[in-house]
Amino acid sequence: MKFALFLGCNIPARLTQYESSSRAVLERLGVELVEIKEFNCCGYPLRNIDFKASILASARNLALAEKENLNMAVLCKCGFGMLKHADYLMKEDSSLLKEINTTLKEEGIEYKGGIEIRHLLSVLYHDVGIDTIKEKITRPFKDLKIATHYGCHALRPSEVVKFDDPVNPTLFDNLVSLTGAESIDWEKRLDCCGAPLFGVNDDLSMDLTEKKLLDAKQSGADFLCDACSYCHIQFDTVQSMINSKGGKNHALPPILYPQLLGLSLGIDGDTLGLGENKIDITSIEGFLSE
Amino acid sequence: MFYDISLYISLAIFIIGLIYKICRWLSRKTTLEAKDIPASKRLSSAIKGIVVTIFSLKILTLIKVFFLDIIIQRKVLQEDSFRWLTHIFIYVAFILLLLMHALDKFITSALFSSYSATLNPFLFLRDLFGALVIIGICMAIYRRFILKPTRIKTNPMDTYAIIILAIIMLSGILLEGAKIGSYAIYKNMVTDYAGLEEGEEDFKALTAFWVAKFGTISPDIKAPFKDEMLEAGKEIHEMSCSGCHSRAQWAFIGYPVAKAFKGAALTFDKAGVHTLLLYIHFLACFIGLAYLPFSKFLHIITSPLSLLANSVMDKEKSDPANIATRQALELDACTHCGACTSRCSVGIIIEQIENINILPSEKIQSLKAVVSRKEMEEKDFRIILDGAYLCTNCHRCTDVCPAGINLEELWFNMREDMFQKDYPEFSVLSPLSFYRGLMRETIEQKDYKKPLNLAREAIASKCDLMKTPDKVVSLTPADKELQGSLVLSDQASTFQGCFGCQTCTNVCPVVASYENPKEVLGMLPHQIMYAAGLGVRDLAFGSNMLWDCLTCYQCQEQCPQGVHVTDVLYELKNLAIRNVYKD
Repeated sequence: MKFALFLGCNIPARLTQYESSSRAVLERLGVELVEIKEFNCCGYPLRNIDFKASILASARNLALAEKENLNMAVLCKCGFGMLKHADYLMKEDSSLLKEINTTLKEEGIEYKGGIEIRHLLSVLYHDVGIDTIKEKITRPFKDLKIATHYGCHALRPSEVVKFDDPVNPTLFDNLVSLTGAESIDWEKRLDCCGAPLFGVNDDLSMDLTEKKLLDAKQSGADFLCDACSYCHIQFDTVQSMINSKGGKNHALPPILYPQLLGLSLGIDGDTLGLGENKIDITSIEGFLSE
Repeated sequence: MFYDISLYISLAIFIIGLIYKICRWLSRKTTLEAKDIPASKRLSSAIKGIVVTIFSLKILTLIKVFFLDIIIQRKVLQEDSFRWLTHIFIYVAFILLLLMHALDKFITSALFSSYSATLNPFLFLRDLFGALVIIGICMAIYRRFILKPTRIKTNPMDTYAIIILAIIMLSGILLEGAKIGSYAIYKNMVTDYAGLEEGEEDFKALTAFWVAKFGTISPDIKAPFKDEMLEAGKEIHEMSCSGCHSRAQWAFIGYPVAKAFKGAALTFDKAGVHTLLLYIHFLACFIGLAYLPFSKFLHIITSPLSLLANSVMDKEKSDPANIATRQALELDACTHCGACTSRCSVGIIIEQIENINILPSEKIQSLKAVVSRKEMEEKDFRIILDGAYLCTNCHRCTDVCPAGINLEELWFNMREDMFQKDYPEFSVLSPLSFYRGLMRETIEQKDYKKPLNLAREAIASKCDLMKTPDKVVSLTPADKELQGSLVLSDQASTFQGCFGCQTCTNVCPVVASYENPKEVLGMLPHQIMYAAGLGVRDLAFGSNMLWDCLTCYQCQEQCPQGVHVTDVLYELKNLAIRNVYKD
């Protein structure tokens, strides 16, 4: 099993633990990752400004992966959504594909539409498979309650991303349950984390984050689990900004899914970069069975 | 005399230029904080910083950086081995030429008492170093003008650098070739060192030997020669010449050049071509020296300084005065090599958004102009700001910069500085602002919100209807242009299916965040769909809802009519931005 690992812009710059933990987990599960240095922005942050620019940026990544004849494993959900969107639209609209390819051909690449774009969670769930992972779990969690955060751009628009049932998804919950933790039910589990508006309308963005965390906490969660760079930075870095303003009723530490899975696979916390999270999550190791 | 005068003039210009540049490093303002720090304070802080660093453990870091990043240039090697080889050839061989050949009176003669430029190993080494520089120049020309890596730009300064180097090297080689073949020089030297005059038998013998073995071109003495004559010539040669002359063939470039111009050598001699070449050679060197502080060759000084400074400074702990000085210096440390641009995360979009300032290698040049020039046309200024903001802050430019420039910090500080001019920048209303949000604690509260408000106000000001909510809107004729323009993604045209059921609005988490959403957001999602359907441009563009949309796709997912609500909002944002730019 071999994938081109797509990291996007945020992970190498400010969320390196997401890369290191994902690599550690996937290596343990026998997934080979290829690094394509030429990958660029997924296009997501540009969509507000110029649709074609965002599609072009996305398509260049797709073409680069296709050139290596590799499917893509994407860690960020916004990146995943954008790449899927570009792929979908270019398959729907041949004139768009042709126009994009005219530009790409100037640097000797072209997108033909022959690759799969997978989010890390889909790779684990569909490609590696629940049973394979289950066999490798050596230290399951006990009495740990997790609020599982799906992330908008993985779920919706469902006809484009085809990640899971958009109304009642179970994929991520099943992956969390695998580790021995309990994935609790909570009202706002499918809501947005607030990150898309951070930097644009901070009050609204932080308000959404705070409400979401509060709901998770009141539903009994010990930790929140996510698998997206924007969501995680929002729940981690932005949450600590909210916390420092006072009032911590909502305070809930977030953990990246590969960190959670990695611990239950017996990988040590340093390799998984637990210490790199802004909000301390090392207490989660206390929930591991001996 | 002419040589000395031109040398001193160019040296003087070089020194004055350097002092001017240092003054610029102490006065240029790239950060908002720097506005309040006088140059004198920056000078004292810089001196203090340097002294404190040198007498601390950080000296070890500096030594490491000096060897790995400055001498070996590992960052260039990691990125591109071809470019690394090119640069190593040029800079190592040129420095060796400078020390051994150009400064031979001061260095080589002092180190080797028997030094003579025409004696081995110096004769051979001079050509070897010259050959390496020329190979490097050819590789640079190949990369810049034939290979032309995607999106790497070549500006006049890059071309100048290659041309001046090429002139220095080629004139040097031609000069060497001309001197090897020159009979006039030969004749004078024989008179001076062997005491022989033209016409004497011994002179003829020596000439025969030199014509046969050293490539000298004589007007009357030509091959074939008798063995006895060569034998006699050799004897005189060993007595009078060999102390300073190794075989000319060791000059493995100059000698073939002499051979190639064999037929013209006597004419060249009469015309004094070697004197002309000598003038070209040293004048090119002096022009290069005088112009160095104003050309990209300044990087010989600034790039190492930037690498060293960045290795021991950090944003949190360093003196703001020193950060300001370092950033001003960094603007001059760029070699325009293009490493940043070739790794830029958004470089590709220049094919769609034609703004050269998206590319980091061009952005830094423009920002230098922004800092240096007092007045700039609004249009030019805004194009630079726009290019500077079209950046995902992925840090890759900074990671690969072989001059160690902290580009990301420079972009950030310069953008904040440029926002002070109060021109609206519309890209702030996109997730590109995420990084700025994360940095908000480093920005003054009033400065933080300003660009966001400015951009929204500028867009809303184009929408008269939004400003006068009581105005009766005429629905006919519909704005066909607006309706027709929503086809960018071939999905937005689904807005026509909207029958106003308000499901989108009811599921919108942004709408749900406010007690009175209409007051804050202007129009609600279903109203915007309807406005788009009716072609009421002002209502569709002017609402805050557009910019407060999370793009969470709840509305689109739930729409019973299959309207691509989020995609329509995306397209309206694109069009709104395009609209304000058009004006």
